[in-house]
Amino acid sequence: MTPSRVLTGMVSLITALALAGAAVAGDLGTLVVNLTTGGFGDRETAINALAASGEPRAAPILEALGAGRLYVRPADKAVVIGKAQGNQLDLTDALTGKPAGTASEDALQRVRINNRLRGVIDDAVGSLTLLSPDPRMRRSAADSLFKQRSPSALPAVEHALAAEKDAGIKRAFAEARASIILASNDASKAQKLEAISVIRGRGDRDAMGFLQAAASSSDADIKAAATAAAGSLNQTLAVWEAAQNVWYGISLGSVLLLAAIGLAITFGTMGVINMAHGEMVMLGAYTTFVVQQVILAYAPGLFDASIVIALPLAFLVAGVIGVLIERSVIRFLYGRPLDTLLATWGLSLVLQQAVRTIFGPTNREVRAPSWMSGSFLVGQIDVTYGRLWIVVFALLVFAVLILVLRKTPLGLHMRAVTQNRPMAAAMGIRTPRVDALTFGLGSGIAGLAGVALSQIDNVSPNLGQGYIIDSFMVVVFGGVGNLFGTLLGATALGIANKFLEPYAGAVLGKILVLVFIILFIQRRPRGMFALKGRAVE
Amino acid sequence: MITRFLWQGVDRKLRWFIALVLAAGIVPVLLNLFTPPGSALHVPAWALQLVGKYLCYAALALAVDLVWGYCGILTLGHAAFFALGGYCMGMYLMRQIGSRGVYGNPILPDFMVFLNYKELPWFWRGFDHFWFAAPMIVIVPSVLALALGWFAFRSRVTGVYLSIITQAMTFALMLAFFRNDTGLGGNNGMTDFKDILGFPVQADGTRAALYLASALMLALFLLIAGAIVGSRFGKALTAVRDAESRMRFLGYRVEGYKLFVFVLSAAMAGIAGALYVPQVGIINPSEFAPGNSIEAVLWVAVGGRGTLIGPVIGAVLVNWAKTYLTGALPEVWLFALGGLFIAVTLFLPRGVVGLWAQLKAGRERSRRVAPA
Amino acid sequence: MSAPRSTSALLYLSGVTVSFDGFKALNNLSLLVEPGEMRAIIGPNGAGKTTMMDVVTGKTRPDEGEVVFDGQADLTRLDEADIATLGIGRKFQKPTVFENHTVRDNLLLALAGQRSWYRLLTAAPTRAENDRLEEILAVIRMRPQQHMSAARLSHGQKQWLEIGMLLAQDPKLLLVDEPVAGMTDVETETTAQVLREINKSHSVVVVEHDMSFVRALGVKVTVLHEGSMLAEGTLDQVSADPRVVEVYLGR
Ligand SMILES: Nc1ncnc2c1ncn2[C@@H]1O[C@H](COP(=O)(O)OP(=O)(O)OP(=O)(O)O)[C@@H](O)[C@H]1O
Ligand SMILES: [Mg+2]
Repeated sequence: MTPSRVLTGMVSLITALALAGAAVAGDLGTLVVNLTTGGFGDRETAINALAASGEPRAAPILEALGAGRLYVRPADKAVVIGKAQGNQLDLTDALTGKPAGTASEDALQRVRINNRLRGVIDDAVGSLTLLSPDPRMRRSAADSLFKQRSPSALPAVEHALAAEKDAGIKRAFAEARASIILASNDASKAQKLEAISVIRGRGDRDAMGFLQAAASSSDADIKAAATAAAGSLNQTLAVWEAAQNVWYGISLGSVLLLAAIGLAITFGTMGVINMAHGEMVMLGAYTTFVVQQVILAYAPGLFDASIVIALPLAFLVAGVIGVLIERSVIRFLYGRPLDTLLATWGLSLVLQQAVRTIFGPTNREVRAPSWMSGSFLVGQIDVTYGRLWIVVFALLVFAVLILVLRKTPLGLHMRAVTQNRPMAAAMGIRTPRVDALTFGLGSGIAGLAGVALSQIDNVSPNLGQGYIIDSFMVVVFGGVGNLFGTLLGATALGIANKFLEPYAGAVLGKILVLVFIILFIQRRPRGMFALKGRAVE
Repeated sequence: MITRFLWQGVDRKLRWFIALVLAAGIVPVLLNLFTPPGSALHVPAWALQLVGKYLCYAALALAVDLVWGYCGILTLGHAAFFALGGYCMGMYLMRQIGSRGVYGNPILPDFMVFLNYKELPWFWRGFDHFWFAAPMIVIVPSVLALALGWFAFRSRVTGVYLSIITQAMTFALMLAFFRNDTGLGGNNGMTDFKDILGFPVQADGTRAALYLASALMLALFLLIAGAIVGSRFGKALTAVRDAESRMRFLGYRVEGYKLFVFVLSAAMAGIAGALYVPQVGIINPSEFAPGNSIEAVLWVAVGGRGTLIGPVIGAVLVNWAKTYLTGALPEVWLFALGGLFIAVTLFLPRGVVGLWAQLKAGRERSRRVAPA
Repeated sequence: MSAPRSTSALLYLSGVTVSFDGFKALNNLSLLVEPGEMRAIIGPNGAGKTTMMDVVTGKTRPDEGEVVFDGQADLTRLDEADIATLGIGRKFQKPTVFENHTVRDNLLLALAGQRSWYRLLTAAPTRAENDRLEEILAVIRMRPQQHMSAARLSHGQKQWLEIGMLLAQDPKLLLVDEPVAGMTDVETETTAQVLREINKSHSVVVVEHDMSFVRALGVKVTVLHEGSMLAEGTLDQVSADPRVVEVYLGR
């Protein structure tokens, strides 16, 4: 939709508003039927009448008409919108928006239009959006006008500006108007200077581009004002960009935290590196997959809750397998950490292959529930709901874990064993039981991590492999036996990764971080926040 | 002096084993060259190539055992040294292709032409000469091992920390070698080799020679490792493995011992990798995969850590099983491999060689008890 | 602390403080050991006796204070291997011998002399070294077991082997931590004898809880308590000290 068409659309809309009172009064059904009958001239009137009706269904119907997807079904004379689905068309009722079965194209009558009508439709749709009852439509119309800066759209924008009640959208229209004025040739200098300050106020990358363009203006005053505005905006933007990177870093950090925290527990308490830890994460992700499949098959209404339902199950699956591993393999290897490392590596191969045999080698799709899709802006920071929930979830798991360690008998025993195993044993703590439960807890948390990771990573048998080195790095970097260190380590590494990426690229950034940690471990083998004392010997 | 050094620590059993390795190197080559293809005694070239590969793995296992079995450093990154040696050889072989590549560029290897390189990156210089590439095969892995070991041992990084550092090292290298910008062939690596030292790599004679070279290398490594392990240095080394801090309090600079063995072992791995590449005809970044290094450790564990014969036997056994299983029952192989890791650590901590010794001791004991 | 840096004492500790997470294992400890002296150190569990040895041998770095050996070497700047090379030998509270080595190899490893890895690659034991090994095997009465692996020795034999290793190391100063723990009375008596013998040519610091053993040594005694020196003198003198009775002997 071009701005000039918006303009003509506006004009015809206003005329239509004034003249076609009767048509407005007509119900949607009549308006739509009018679209499909009569000659092209009648249809033009019908289009404008529909646009002027203010009906929410008007926009999709007009769009379908413009795209040649509006049909009449001869059987019942219903007007339907068709969407190609293989050889067939998936139909929706034009009036209600409800599904209306399928049909082959031959069985339907397409509502025909010509090029002239196409233009009329585009304009009508454009003006519909500027004055649409839906605030989101108005906002996006304002934004696209801001970017297009076509002078002919100015009257329409000003009209919409005057009519707008919502302060935020009003501002968006004001910005669109300023952007058009700044680009136009016949605005006055004062208008342009004012426009510069409005655009500066918007403060995003598009604004930056326009200000930079204006900075090459031949007028000295405008040039100076635009240059100054661009300069100050540049700084703001740099701050936003850094903030965005911090957010990405925190988001990555939360993933690292989720993956590492279980390892931190098992490694901190038992000095055991569980190389199959990543596979626990993978099992958690597959549990989510299975839960979602079952829900889709038997209770599709619960779909949005599938992730939440998967959480306890993933914890259980991974936790129970963890306890089994501890009881059947690891307990025979205490005091031989290097052998444990090898045996658990073997376990990881077995688990991977088992999953590959059951679920196949290809990626499985775990879909995002509606409350985890989409994104929003905080200032200039783009935040997706999925990532946000993962950060929240990671912090939640962390907090619960700290509580468990501080407030429950298991936690007390675990800490006792961490600090001095022989002493704890001598005091009557059943260290084998503590070990098994600790291992189960660590594995269970890895399972929880798997639920979260199923939302952002490919659910495949190799899912876990990528996380074991990273997790270990986080644990060591933060300091063994220190969960807050793990939290800080994960965040720091996440942010470092994301800050390096723009300069070095993702892979090189990762390599740099690895090299950094390798050097770091050699300087401080016990991590940032090392426990001192006998425990470390 | 060197011969005395080499013989002083090599015991009878090891001498026999070295002789065996030499025989296994020479006899099949003779059978390959001097019997007609139809004959029952004829050893086909593909068999030489397959076993030659095992011999390179055996040398890698021996290198791993030297640091793990005798010095207690569980390295999970030795495949990196192996691959670096392999890459040095690969670079030499690439340059030997000359203008016979698909693009016919006399200087640039095919992948560089494909990636729009204008000239040879600086680190490729010299690799068209064998006299340059050969020392690089030893130097590149050694220098990396020296740098890593120097930092790690001086700051007393031990145990699982060291293991994971070595794994992170090979992981980082893998990522780096996967990049096209690294200038080493990206994820395709290097292949389509034509000549080595002027002989066509695919020719039967060349294959036989490479096989023989692999056996000689293994024998030499066994000799060197045996001499080291049997010397006073070797006694100190195992003492470091068993009680590092006690050695410090006796006045030993433990770092020096570890570093020497680590660098030597990396060099051995590099040479093994260099002989491996012309036999399999390709080198690519997946050789750096962390799993490869861990598998090499498994060979040692299966054969028997802390013995010199064990790793050789383990490497050949496991790889023979791998060749068989991945061909016959591919989906079983990872179960078998994983199970092997668990079984060996749980039930066979001293490996096949240890089991053998145990059985023999048991038989002797029962023989001694029986007449009484 | 402006204590003199050069001193005639063989071992000089002044104002040494070590803390672990705020807990002071050693608190402003000062101690002098003269050349040729044998000193017994006693004190309750956790008094800091082992920590003191850790500081002297470079295992633990003091937070504060001076540790000087032989009038010039600043031990706080050296690592374990340097300190051992200077001539300080140590026997641990828990016997640590090289279990996978034979008795003879244990002694050979401890034998004063070559320590550098490149020399040991080619060096075979010299005649003199072999003679010295025989001598030590005779002193610790383990010649019959010399080719036995150390793992198969009894606890007492391991203690002896460790003493043999100390002899082989031939240090100027020996630090001996609880040498008679777990020994029979007869063994204790012999150990005291051996230590007195050793003391003829070496300085010795012994930590021990066994009072009859300390009495048998018959040397100057230092009492440690909560990381500092509580009393010093002959065993009779310190036993008479009410503070010592209070914190240690009386219990
Ligand atoms: N590495 C360490 N970390 C934390 N605390 C330590 C450490 N080493 C020693 N300590 C503490 O310092 C104190 C002194 O310990 P030390 O071993 O020196 O006592 P000791 O006098 O040798 O006792 P014992 O007679 O039982 O051998 C003890 O409370 C001990 O717990
Ligand atoms: Mg003590």
